[in-house]
Parts: sequence; C-alpha cells; structure tokens
Amino acid sequence: MAKKDSSFLKLVLSLTLITVVAAASLAAVYTVTKEPIEKSKLEKKNNAIQLVLPGFDAKKGTIEEKKVLMDGDVDSLTLYIAKMDNQFFGAAVETFTKKAFAGRFDIMIGFDKSGNILGTEVLKANETPGLGDKIDKKKSDFSIQFNGKNPSTMKLKVRKDGGDVDAITAATISSRAFCDAVDRANKAFQQVLVEYATPVTVDSTQTTTK
Amino acid sequence: MSKLKILTNGFIKENPVFVLVLGTCPTLAVTTSANNAIGMGLAAAFVIIMSNVMISLLRPVTPNEVRIPVFIVVIATFVSIVDYILQAYVPALAESLGIFIPLIVVNCIVLGRAEAFAGKNNVFDSFLDGVGMGIGFTFALLVISTVREILGSASYFGHKIPFLVGNEVLILVLAPGAFIVFGFTIATVRALQKK
Repeated sequence: MAKKDSSFLKLVLSLTLITVVAAASLAAVYTVTKEPIEKSKLEKKNNAIQLVLPGFDAKKGTIEEKKVLMDGDVDSLTLYIAKMDNQFFGAAVETFTKKAFAGRFDIMIGFDKSGNILGTEVLKANETPGLGDKIDKKKSDFSIQFNGKNPSTMKLKVRKDGGDVDAITAATISSRAFCDAVDRANKAFQQVLVEYATPVTVDSTQTTTK
Repeated sequence: MSKLKILTNGFIKENPVFVLVLGTCPTLAVTTSANNAIGMGLAAAFVIIMSNVMISLLRPVTPNEVRIPVFIVVIATFVSIVDYILQAYVPALAESLGIFIPLIVVNCIVLGRAEAFAGKNNVFDSFLDGVGMGIGFTFALLVISTVREILGSASYFGHKIPFLVGNEVLILVLAPGAFIVFGFTIATVRALQKK
C-alpha cells in the first residue's frame, strides 16, 4: 500500500479507473455466458414440460406460453399449452405454493385435455431434506398418487383435512403445500381450458337454444 | 516466510474455517452434501486466488484511503464472473449452491486475506496464499460434509451407501446438525494441534 498522502483527485481517479476496468471485464463475461445461461434455462424448462406431458411429441407439436394471474395472488402462473397436429393436447402448468415449510416451492404439473393430471415435477424447492423433500418423485412415491387423477373427482386435501391425498409421514405441511400448488394449477388450467377445448356437445346445445 | 510455509499456512496452521473461524455462514449452509462442498470450496478458492493476485497487482496504484472499496470491487467482480460461469456451464451445481455463490462477496476469508496478506505482499506470495487458503477452505467443507452426508443422508457424493439406508441421522442434514458437526470438528482439530 502506498503510504504517502494522496490527494483527493488521485483517490477519485484510481477508484474510477479500477471500477471501469472491473465493469468492462464483467460486461465481457456476461456477453460470453448470456447465451449458454439462457440455453440451459430453456433446456431445463423444456425438459420439465416433456416429463409432465408424457406422450407429447415436441417435434410434431407446438407449445404456446400463457400467463394467468389467479385472484389474490401477486405472481402469475405460466401455462404451456401443448398442441399436437393442431389438436389441443394438454398443458404443463408452472405453479407454486407459498404455504410450504420453507416458504415457497415451484412445481410443474401436466394436464391432459380432459383435465387429468399426467405428471408432476419439482422445479425449485427448499423443503427439509429427508422429510419435505419427498415431494420430489425421485425421493418418494408421494407425488405419483396424483398421476391419472382428475381434480374434479379427487379432493385436493390431505386425509387429515378430509381430502383424498395421502400425506408424507412427518411432512404434513409440505404435503398440504403440494396440494395447494396442484389446486392452483388446476384452477388456472380450468380457466384456459374453456378457450382451447371446445367439446362438440357444448356447441350443439348452443345452436339449439338459438 | 518461506514459500512452502505460505502455501501450507492456510491448510493447517491458519485454516480459515477451523482455526480462524471465518466464513462460517457458507460452511454451515452448503455442507449437506460432498458435491456442494467441493463446488462451493472451488468457487471460493477461485475467488480468493484471483482477488489476491489482482489486489497485489493493484497495490502500487491503490491509495491507502480507498483500499477497502477497491478490494470490494475486485472481489465482487470475480464473484459475479464465477456466478455467470456456473450458471452457464454447471446449472445443476449453481442451483444447489443458490444464494451462497453471490454471498462469497461478503465471505470474510476473501476480504480478510486481501487486507491481511495480498495488500502487503508481492504477487507470487499472494497467489500462494490464495491457493493455500482456497485448499484449506475446500478441505474444511469436505470434512464437515463427509460426516453430514454419510450419517445424515446415507450417501456420499450422491451415491447411496446401502447398509446405512434407513438409519439416517436426520438432524445432521438440518441446521442444528451443521453446528454440532462444526463444533466437534473444531474441537478435534484443536486437540490434534496441541499435541
């Protein structure tokens, strides 16, 4: 360290210079890594969509993004509407809950065109290792019980609360939160379902009433 | 001080975690698995080495009065670089380390070495000090995470250990377990040092 007394100008100059150089090198690294970062995020998202929508072939189909804001929520949900051969296939819903043990977790849920749950995938969760993290299907079979079920016939509550969901032992809060996230996803899905699925029966009744 | 002494200083005599007890926040938080520990250790080591070298290089142009802001700018720059690189090329690791990568900025080990060593010594010595401290930090994280992962999750580096499955000591992967293992390890290191 230079021990001699430095003038104010020298302080300003040296600090400015060092900051400018630091900013320039950061900008360079940012430019180089921007593309790989976006690519890996997109890959992860597409992977999750593929996992929760088994049977959907991305090569033959298209995915449309749609944001839905539920009443009382601050953050909106993202729905990935999947179409195959121009036919509505289903949707992957990126949903979340704020009732989790660690505050919040994000999961993705796949619905087919009649609203049955096809699969679930944990995107971002911080639940207790060994207990709440069993919401991940890699850790336990908890989330598999939702597969093939339709929320219109399945009560999305743990058995303790009078629902149809078997909670994870010693992780009731995480299980409840999971139900909350599924419920939120289902409500969002039902909202957009009206737009995409136009069953023939509904059309015919409309014509007769006219 | 001989070159070898500078290098081994951070590993044993002044181990940043066990002896100086610096940087305990990431130490306690990320040592739930050995993979995390290695990732965090190497990321921090990179930052310590690079910032030590850079701060030592900048010594002639750094006025004494603004040395701390200069240190912080240099450290923050390298941390951001590490953060971008991890996100771009090892997204899985970036995700499991989460907030603790950006938090290397406020890791006392880095600023501590900048102030205590790199600001007073030449570039090569600062580099050696950074390597020693980096290895010492990584080693400390690995020791703690080894105990926590094997006994707490019945696995090591993500591989299941069959005969321990079902006998996991759950508390070890939780926050209190971090403190317990940390305490016992420090005690062991102190006892060994006294001999």
